[in-house]
Amino acid sequence: MMKLSLGPILWFWSKQSVFDFYANAAEWPVDTVYLGETVCSRRRELRLADWLEIAGVLKESGKQVVLSTQTLIESEADLRALRKICSQQDYLIEANDQSALQLATQNNLPFVTGPSMNIYNSATLKLLAKQGLKGWSLPVELGQDTLQQLIAELKAEGLDLPAEVFAWGFLPLAWSSRCFTARHYNLPKDNCEFRCLQHPDGLELRSRESQELFRLNGTSTLSGSRYDLMREMPGMERMGVATVRLSPEHEGMEEVVRRFDQVRRGEIPATDPLQLVEAPPCNGYWYGKPGMDQVSSSSL
Amino acid sequence: MELVCPAGSLPALKAAMDNGADAVYLGFKDSTNARQFAGLNFNDKRAGEGIEYAHSKGARVFCAINTYPQPDGWETWKFAVDRAAALGVDAIILADMGLLEYAANKHPQVHRHLSVQGSATSYEALRFYKDNFDIRRAVLPRVLSIDQVRGVAKHSPVELEVFAFGSLCIMAEGRCYLSSYLTDESPNTRGACSPAKAVRWQETPNGLESRLNDVLIDRYGKGESAGYPTLCKGRFEVEGSVYHAIEEPVSLNTLDLLPELKKLGVSAVKIEGRQRSPSYIADVARTWRQALDRLGSGNGDFHVDPAWNSTLAGLSEGGLTTIGAYHRKWK
Repeated sequence: MMKLSLGPILWFWSKQSVFDFYANAAEWPVDTVYLGETVCSRRRELRLADWLEIAGVLKESGKQVVLSTQTLIESEADLRALRKICSQQDYLIEANDQSALQLATQNNLPFVTGPSMNIYNSATLKLLAKQGLKGWSLPVELGQDTLQQLIAELKAEGLDLPAEVFAWGFLPLAWSSRCFTARHYNLPKDNCEFRCLQHPDGLELRSRESQELFRLNGTSTLSGSRYDLMREMPGMERMGVATVRLSPEHEGMEEVVRRFDQVRRGEIPATDPLQLVEAPPCNGYWYGKPGMDQVSSSSL
Repeated sequence: MELVCPAGSLPALKAAMDNGADAVYLGFKDSTNARQFAGLNFNDKRAGEGIEYAHSKGARVFCAINTYPQPDGWETWKFAVDRAAALGVDAIILADMGLLEYAANKHPQVHRHLSVQGSATSYEALRFYKDNFDIRRAVLPRVLSIDQVRGVAKHSPVELEVFAFGSLCIMAEGRCYLSSYLTDESPNTRGACSPAKAVRWQETPNGLESRLNDVLIDRYGKGESAGYPTLCKGRFEVEGSVYHAIEEPVSLNTLDLLPELKKLGVSAVKIEGRQRSPSYIADVARTWRQALDRLGSGNGDFHVDPAWNSTLAGLSEGGLTTIGAYHRKWK
């Protein structure tokens, strides 16, 4: 049976909200939980010690915990934070940039890679496997055809590298040093008043024809439509996908997790629609189309 | 400091060389490089002629093979590396880790430069690329402030090349999928951002509209000058206000920063724009040559000639330039 994972929280939530979220998640049918701030170094509601406290609780509940690293590393302070994560030995690390790859390999730490790591071919996977790669996430812009070939090539090489697919949530599409939330409020990034806290699922960016295009989330930009591969679960299982990643949202997440869990167990059909907040669904990337497209065919 | 200019065609390459470029970078006529445009780039014969021309002038040629091959494309990308090596380029600019390893093993004598698409923004990331693929030089993404460039430069195990002039990417390069979200092509997969095939212009009662795969990117009123609909430079609506929510259509211009970049030990400044005309390349190369020559004269009182800035502003998107992320306040 495929595993379910909870990706790192991509938004900025208050410390209490984060603790509450994971207290609940400890009871959900997920196998792996990614913890940590991956977007902005100014988001310091939680310190590493807080994350490790949450990690301890989740581990107690039988979850595998992985510590995720920041995606865009810009400063010496960012590197210091990264070194702290890469100097603990208790948890696996999700490397989200090459700085983390360097520190993990230097410390002989096993690691997995997140969807922002540029893995487009099996030569890259083979290379990283020699360095301690234990699993990897498909970049969000790649689809099932590429994944199928990559899995086949790994198999032919006799390499056991479990593949994870970002399967539900707003897609993380870009990272910048500019903060688009601060820009929206005409605030300098260094004095942003932590406005992201007011937008626990981002700021909607629409075209002037009211088409939902993106969600601004501090220094990161996410998709305006919600990626939803629930219908593709049977196909993913056949293909040999190891883990299906669900990206945290502050409302309705338990229902999402339970629904994916029922689908992977074959208790309900994968085609059952799941409607949460009003955001259009999309699955284009999976079919090699523009990411925002919703393709209506099914692998069932 | 070396002046590295773009060459999208043989005439552009010659224009760069004739106007003082120390090196040019070019790509093949396919999606193995990050400027895949119809009618642009080189076949082997033209590349050979360009390399001969550059070498006769004592200049160097770098070949960009800086997109990310998927299983279907792996042989094509590998072959591109072999072609570049056979042509005698002075360096190959690469981003993909698998391809970097291939180049390092197969053609160790050909220098490897890390492309900006390799997303290395720290000296630890540079060490990763240096240790694993023995890269000689890295091009830094356009997201670092000058203080952050200083931090990277201080500990960098490799030469650094930074962007000096041209279109401004404001997302960390190599990790931006905005283009493939709206269209089916991105810089990583196809060497294209906001691809021309998806662009549509339309006169409407509301004004001139630019669209990308039908998505309205911008709408221009009378008298407003319209620019290419690069998706991050459109006007969008956020909480009821319509504005350039991601970035204005401006160009990067770092003339003012040259003394600082020199002090940091930056090895080369890079001009963006393989999609530009030979006359554009000539004007930009000439201007930057003059600036670098004045900088190199070494009497410590470098100042920017206003004529340089007006030449460059005239060649910029919307006639505007910025030093972008190099200035902390831009962020």
